[in-house]
Amino acid sequence: MPQPLNYLKETASQTAGPYVHIGLIPAMAGFDIFEKNFSNVLVTPNTKGERITLEGKVLDGTGSPLRDVLLEIWQANAAGRYNHPADRSAGALEDEFRGWGRAGSDFDSGLVTFETVKPGAITDKTGRKCAPHINVWIVARGINIGLNTRLYFSDEEAANAADPVLNLIEQPVRRATLIAKRSERAGKIVYSFTINLQGPEETVFFDV
Amino acid sequence: MNAQAPALRDPRLNRPEPFTPPLGDGGFFQRDRSIHPPAHAPGYKSSVLRSPRQALLSLENSISEITGPVFGHNDLGPLDNDLIRNYAKDGDPVGERIIVHGRVLDETGRGVPNTLVEFWQANAGGRYRHKKDTYLAPIDPNFGGCGRTLTDDTGYYYFRTVKPGPYPWRNYVNSWRPAHIHFSVFGSGFAQRLITQMYFEGDPLIPVCPILTTIPDKDALDRLVAPLDLNASTPFDSLAYRFDIVLRGQRSTYFENRTAGN
Repeated sequence: MPQPLNYLKETASQTAGPYVHIGLIPAMAGFDIFEKNFSNVLVTPNTKGERITLEGKVLDGTGSPLRDVLLEIWQANAAGRYNHPADRSAGALEDEFRGWGRAGSDFDSGLVTFETVKPGAITDKTGRKCAPHINVWIVARGINIGLNTRLYFSDEEAANAADPVLNLIEQPVRRATLIAKRSERAGKIVYSFTINLQGPEETVFFDV
Repeated sequence: MNAQAPALRDPRLNRPEPFTPPLGDGGFFQRDRSIHPPAHAPGYKSSVLRSPRQALLSLENSISEITGPVFGHNDLGPLDNDLIRNYAKDGDPVGERIIVHGRVLDETGRGVPNTLVEFWQANAGGRYRHKKDTYLAPIDPNFGGCGRTLTDDTGYYYFRTVKPGPYPWRNYVNSWRPAHIHFSVFGSGFAQRLITQMYFEGDPLIPVCPILTTIPDKDALDRLVAPLDLNASTPFDSLAYRFDIVLRGQRSTYFENRTAGN
């Protein structure tokens, strides 16, 4: 027998269930309990960068929106810097910008929204520029282990075409599932996305 | 049944000695998907239309996955880890008073410090304080059913609550969830993000739960079952259950003479 390695095993995932709001967004469950709450608004008045609204739905295998889904996003600031000690890149940090938020879908329409800024391009470990993107994590009833995907921006065509992660996707048609579409509505910049859990336009999900 | 025990070396701690993580690129250890429930698990009917059918695209960890949100005590209130008091209006909630405690570890056996742990549950009658829950068991006016805390420097966490009750749900005509507490854990990088559920030693509903049995690995399932920890109980006050949570391990990198990711 060789020596044992003795790694522990990761704890198994379980679905977040239909009542995930109680723990993570209690106001959506219908009550007020914590003094301080996490939300879908990542910006403060001091945040630098272009203000954007992210807006979208998660669709099941019939094309119907999930009305009990919860999304979290994790992103760099407008300078392309993550607010985390492992990011030693050159962009300026902003203490007030955590770069993380969570949102539950509307119980009727299934719409999910975030108020944030467009992140800057990221520099990876090898010094390559990666296209601006937002990391997304999806949990819900019926989702046994959180789904990881990304959102890129439709107005970053050149950066997207050169992005090392988008280029890992073999079929160009599937790269399009990660591109949020820019529009302007009442003076606000809106990026719209659809996450398809199944079907011919199934979104690319990552094993990170 | 010692449900929390992985491969053991230290019988006192019920866990191997922690060791230094391997040097490398700072990425997390590859997730062993064979111990997690598959996305498509037909016995849990809600998963059928909500499971991706294409293969996941394997992604070497970049800075986007190695980093993740950082939380601090400023994000929390003083009663956030006390579910007996954090929603009490005119008395204590009904039910068995319990303490739930344990450590958040990574796969090298080391504690994950200062990480946010959130938890939510039904009340002692199996009813959630949620506008979409219509089970006939009553709402408890003194029980909210959620809390959160930060692990300490060693990865230790604890909270106080009442033991949740089992409840029926629509899967098969007569499906019941075993008593359970939902957990959400962050770790240091977004790729460690995990939501799971803790169950209670000896619950006869465990082997027949369509959600719990989505887990294909018997040992992985047993690790979700918290043993009664009588030594940690408070006499004439509360029983205790212990629940350790293991997040993915991480390879180290050297930055500016400092080991990062540790």
